[in-house]
Amino acid sequence: MNRLLLNKIILILSTLSAVIGIGFLFWILITLSYKGITSLHFSTFTNDLVGGGIRNLLVGQFTMALMASAIAVPLGMMAGIYLREYSNNGKLASVIRNLSDVMMSAPSIVIGVFVFALFVDPFGGYNSWAGIVALAIMMIPIIISTTDNMLALVPKELREAGIALGGSKHKIILQIVIKAAKVGITTGVLLSFARIIGETAPLLFTSANNQFFTMDLTEQFPSLTVSIYNLATYPDAESRELAWAAAFVLTMIVLCINLLGRYMTRNKK
Amino acid sequence: MSGNLFKNFSFFSATLSFFILVGIFAVLFSYAQDALHEFGFDFLYNETWEADEDDEGGIFGGYVPIVGTLLSTLIAMAIATPLAMGIAIFLTEIATEKLVKPVSVAIELLAAIPSIIYGMWGLFYFAPIVQATVGGNGVGLLTAGIVLAIMIIPFMAAITRDAMNTAPSVLKESAYAMGATKFEVIKDVVMPYAKGGIIGSIILALGRALGETMAVAFLIGSVMSIPSRVTDPTTSIPVLLANNFAEAQDLEMSSMYYLALILFVVSFVIISVAKFYFLGRKAA
Amino acid sequence: MAKNNIIMDIKDFDFTYAGVDDPSLKKINLPIEKNKITAMIGPSGCGKSTLLRAMNRIHDLYPGNTYEGEINLYGSEGEKQNILELKKENDFIKLRQKVGMIFQKPTPFPMSIFDNVAYGLKLAGIKDKVEIEERVKKALKDAAIWKETKDRLNKSALGLSGGQQQRLCIARAVALKPEVLLFDEPTSALDPISTGAIEELIAELKKDVSVVIVTHNMQQASRLSDYTAFMYLGDLIEYDKTENIFLNPSEKLTEDYITGRFG
Repeated sequence: MNRLLLNKIILILSTLSAVIGIGFLFWILITLSYKGITSLHFSTFTNDLVGGGIRNLLVGQFTMALMASAIAVPLGMMAGIYLREYSNNGKLASVIRNLSDVMMSAPSIVIGVFVFALFVDPFGGYNSWAGIVALAIMMIPIIISTTDNMLALVPKELREAGIALGGSKHKIILQIVIKAAKVGITTGVLLSFARIIGETAPLLFTSANNQFFTMDLTEQFPSLTVSIYNLATYPDAESRELAWAAAFVLTMIVLCINLLGRYMTRNKK
Repeated sequence: MSGNLFKNFSFFSATLSFFILVGIFAVLFSYAQDALHEFGFDFLYNETWEADEDDEGGIFGGYVPIVGTLLSTLIAMAIATPLAMGIAIFLTEIATEKLVKPVSVAIELLAAIPSIIYGMWGLFYFAPIVQATVGGNGVGLLTAGIVLAIMIIPFMAAITRDAMNTAPSVLKESAYAMGATKFEVIKDVVMPYAKGGIIGSIILALGRALGETMAVAFLIGSVMSIPSRVTDPTTSIPVLLANNFAEAQDLEMSSMYYLALILFVVSFVIISVAKFYFLGRKAA
Repeated sequence: MAKNNIIMDIKDFDFTYAGVDDPSLKKINLPIEKNKITAMIGPSGCGKSTLLRAMNRIHDLYPGNTYEGEINLYGSEGEKQNILELKKENDFIKLRQKVGMIFQKPTPFPMSIFDNVAYGLKLAGIKDKVEIEERVKKALKDAAIWKETKDRLNKSALGLSGGQQQRLCIARAVALKPEVLLFDEPTSALDPISTGAIEELIAELKKDVSVVIVTHNMQQASRLSDYTAFMYLGDLIEYDKTENIFLNPSEKLTEDYITGRFG
């Protein structure tokens, strides 16, 4: 009898855990949506921070995330290609894979402080390039891992068939193998983009923030996430309202990109 | 000719992670030099953090942020571990086929929410509840620990679930055929397979929680003192950096790099241990 | 050995895989007759696939293998080239344009049917659109798959059935007009009807190419081939005309395998 009771208890507790987890998700999303939607006005999207809106912040955050991707995706993919296609899975490859995975979990604030020393201090001030580099450093290990894993799923016969037709190795990699892994790699890129667009800590002392609209990458650059951090702690109600609006918009963007990524791999099982 | 160029570029890209890692360590170490020389290992036990009036020198000790980091992480792990295990058990053994997908997606969405959102939500919705139930100011060690727990649960649950799924169904079926309860199958058949992955996920989550910044920054109170009660405000290394790095100069900034170095090295060691001993080396 | 009816010959060929002590192939001597089908049979692990894969140097994708001996490819004027001496990537590419390979698992590339067949041509540097179209069409016809694909040349090759995909791979290979085609158990992953269609196809192909086929299906070997080589544990036990191997083998080991005493 004891066995069955213990079993029941564990199963109930486990189900309860799942309910709690989902409960928190809904609690967060519902309150965020409520606070966010009630704080949104048309002017939120047409004004910059200086005018009580988030237009420049959205543009700024996207710009930095896109530029970071422009750096991280080619470098990350090439590294993943080296690991899976050229390295023969020797010791060096093993070390690189593990180091890259460790970097994936490294504290983002430390990366911010690191980039500050290299790209802000010597250049006399906050600038967008530093923020872009910090985001890229966070993105690269994720792309490496995704590319590595997706390329591993491509059967070796496909490569052999390409070589047997007289293809050179790099052509086969680019024209056949990458193509075969296209969907998985794209999803990985999307998901990592969603992750870095929501980051704050790496931007705090690299690109900081800017109330005005600017596309000058040598200046402090507008950031949605850094703004949320600042606005939420101001005492006045207007700032807090704007913070909720920004938080809601950010969350919607991140979740949509995530769902898009999952939608793309829906048939892949 | 371009074949060789391609191969070399791919090799260079692969070594980038290594160089960045080494670069981070080198930069942190070098910028921490002043503080290292001035304070040495006493830095780890000193509770004071005060700049001189001229902002050039001062007495800086990392004891409070170090303790805050450890305590908030410990509280988070204590709460998150059983819940994450429970969710993993639910997903692998309890949920019907129709439930698995939506619950999995829900958990993954929880993981996707940016940490600053957790912080903001926690500040305005969760902290008042903690204040109402256990007292204190709402903002403090406990609130930070609980919200931190919510943040790492999805990550741990996912890894644990994957680890549990490596147990071959044939083995589970034989155990059920002998009349074992679900719990017994989990305990005796699945756990031996999943053990490594589970411990690894716990350690990995610990490593991540140590470095979590934005949510904790909103909720821990950012006060340079050791908490006497669990609801008291305190600070952690990432929070101290987030709030004070921008204005710090000279010796204070060097002390912050000292803290960053400690955080980086400790995280690196913990995460490496998790990977190497428990989650399996990535070979071929 | 009259040179004008041999397209390839293998002389005293040893092969050892990387990291392994014992050779997988020992002193193999085997001629490949022009415009004929040569089958290689034997139990699992006998080395037949290893030998086949040496003939287009595809082992070179994986470093560390060692070998000795000669594998000679004869040109139209009788000139002889030991393909084991090739080192530069360009030479490998030229070799593989002359010696094509079809694998056990159909390997359509993730592109349209047309692009699949044209791929080898584009690799070879052929740019003239008209020429490519003509050669693709001819290849699809030679592979007996033109009728089934002519109305969907731009659709993905992945939408074809297993048997169709394999015939597509054959079309892809013949588009390059190779001299030799190597088949590595081409029908073992297919259903009997597709198998029959491909066997018919291979029998037709020998008019234009020389065929070497590895198969674990003895009946297939006896149906299709003109010459058969029986291998066991890395040695070439017997090589002869197919009728002789199956009706009157010289070696006891061969007889035991043919009659099913082992394998």
